[in-house]
Amino acid sequence: MDPVTDERIVPVTMPKWGLSMQLGKVTAWIIDEGDEVGIGDDLADIETEKINGTLEAADAGTVRRIVARVGEDVPVSGTIALLAPAGVTEEDLDAAVQQARAVIDAGVPEGTGAPEVLTAEAGGRKISYVGDGRDGDVVLLVHGYGGDRNSWLFLQEPLAAKFRVYALDLPGHGTSAKDVGDGSTSVLADAVVAVLDALGVTRAHLVGHSMGGAVALVVAARDPARIASLTLIAPSGFGPEINAGFLRGFADAQTRRELKPLVGQLFADEDLVTRQLVDDLLAYKRLDGVDEALHALAGALLDGDAQRGDSAALVAAVGGAVPVTVIWGAADRIIPAAQAEAVGGAIRHLIDGAGHMPHMERPGEVQAAIEQTIARAC
Amino acid sequence: MARNITYREALNEALAQEMERDESVVVMGEDNAGGAGSPGEDDAWGGVLGVTKGLYHKFPGRVLDTPISESAFIGAAIGAATAGLRPVAELMFVDFMGVCFDQIYNQAAKFRYMFGGKAVTPVVIRTMYGAGLRAAAQHSQCLYSLFTHIPGLKVVMPATPYDAKGLMIQAIRDNDPVMFFEHKALYDLTGPVPEESYTLPFGEANVVREGGDVTIVTLGRMVHTSLEAAGRLGADGVQCEVIDLRTTSPLDEDTVLDSVEGTGRLVVVDESHPRCSVAADISALAVRKAFGALQAPVEMVTAPHTPVPFSSALEDLYIPDAQRIVNAVKAVTGWTR
Repeated sequence: MDPVTDERIVPVTMPKWGLSMQLGKVTAWIIDEGDEVGIGDDLADIETEKINGTLEAADAGTVRRIVARVGEDVPVSGTIALLAPAGVTEEDLDAAVQQARAVIDAGVPEGTGAPEVLTAEAGGRKISYVGDGRDGDVVLLVHGYGGDRNSWLFLQEPLAAKFRVYALDLPGHGTSAKDVGDGSTSVLADAVVAVLDALGVTRAHLVGHSMGGAVALVVAARDPARIASLTLIAPSGFGPEINAGFLRGFADAQTRRELKPLVGQLFADEDLVTRQLVDDLLAYKRLDGVDEALHALAGALLDGDAQRGDSAALVAAVGGAVPVTVIWGAADRIIPAAQAEAVGGAIRHLIDGAGHMPHMERPGEVQAAIEQTIARAC
Repeated sequence: MARNITYREALNEALAQEMERDESVVVMGEDNAGGAGSPGEDDAWGGVLGVTKGLYHKFPGRVLDTPISESAFIGAAIGAATAGLRPVAELMFVDFMGVCFDQIYNQAAKFRYMFGGKAVTPVVIRTMYGAGLRAAAQHSQCLYSLFTHIPGLKVVMPATPYDAKGLMIQAIRDNDPVMFFEHKALYDLTGPVPEESYTLPFGEANVVREGGDVTIVTLGRMVHTSLEAAGRLGADGVQCEVIDLRTTSPLDEDTVLDSVEGTGRLVVVDESHPRCSVAADISALAVRKAFGALQAPVEMVTAPHTPVPFSSALEDLYIPDAQRIVNAVKAVTGWTR
């Protein structure tokens, strides 16, 4: 087969959503051959083992060929469509399609799979984390209550193109130790510091979601010189309003029937909640020690039905030298987006069409905001 | 961290983790260590199909080989459970259960009730069931219906390695007698299983495939046969919801009824005989409590009301296959008054 030489042909590829993703399928094409697309336009609905999402265009151009059929498995980074200007010949496009089909038909290459899980220790607790060690600034991703390192599935891979990106499992979550002590953000912050120590980094950018945002603030307030920037996504602790029913219900839920509607509250678009997502959460909740951990964490987050926390005081303690960005989904049903106003001195991004999980619902915008924040650090 | 292991390994890991966690857990049964008379090795078998292999050396004194006297060792396990141990007794084939029925249904199943809740009997009786191994009429039956009939027993039949581990740990920690059914044909099935300990609650059916046209309720090995049929039907545009009961006592009625309310059509797939069976029970449940939703008669796909044949050709016909399930689904979708 002749190599395709016309570099005006730009492939649209299957994204890698999560470090363990190997295959995805197009469940619906939003575009047609002949359409003009701009950067950020919705191209296709994609389904993976874990989650459904919409693929946005990374490049602008004319859609000349749709390669992947609806419903077929495509390996990560396999070409699913081709953009090209009018000058590119049909023959060259056909050759490119043929190459792309060969990749799709070959399936997942041997030897690809889940990344190595690294471990650190904090106060006798094993802490799991994953990431890659390319050169550049270190970015550490800190998930929220009931999440884990896979919560960053849409962001970790794209960010890793520019930075050394790591994601940890906080105590009580993922494959880390399930004991959370009193469930305070201080215990959780120890785990973040342990990962930074294990990596041997003197300075890192922290990205924290929800409870993980409050944890990132605790880490930064302890040693502001070590933190290069803070990106807080719907962080906890900035006001009394919180969906206490969600926190308690999530800790109490035993069955899919109980859990699914709760998980739906995390998103603006509940269709993002796949069976697999709920199954994975149930499997996590059934592990020994998780029930106690979640109840301890919910107890520490709540005072009656109100939110505890002094995140605003922590922002003040961090001081003005560390750039702070706050991102909030306008349709957040867990912690109201109005609390973004309480994040003093921060650049604020309010994201329409996102709930409590903007990093899953609008990953492109969140990625851009994180990169801008990192650029502000000196 | 989940990795892929077999159903057999998942059961072994559940036993090992619970024996590690709780020293009142003991394992007993015919050839559970094995090796009487096998020179140089005293852990030769690990149970007839190797589920308990390796536990004998890991937990000295806590893996007991018993005589070939089911009535004696099942009785001993039940007695030990009332006296503070958590025995996991392996009764090789469910077909042999008849000789210890009194111990199971008249003693173990009754203690909690007859002693006003003051006695508990945390025993697990593991047993193999099912056809397909050319083992003829006395080694191939699916007798879970007999035990489902008895109040006071919990009846469990995992279909996957993940379920096998979580249900076994739940069974061991449970304070009631649990009949734990393992299908012979599933032992080599692999699937993702977390390394950590976890429990699967009893009475929670698993919706293994979602679909809006027909509900297939099934259990044990037939979950996989039903999924194969649902896959074929899906390609033809008929979407089946496949429900794995996981436990028949307690029974998750809500999941079954919710699904039937949505689809209006029910096929029950059960490797057991059709009379007084799980299939008959689920059919009756739907007819009694979801009558208004039903748009066609309930279909049952079961083995026939005969012993399991020794002839391999007949045994293959005896076991429900995907084609019979496809036919039953087409019957309920095509039904007109």
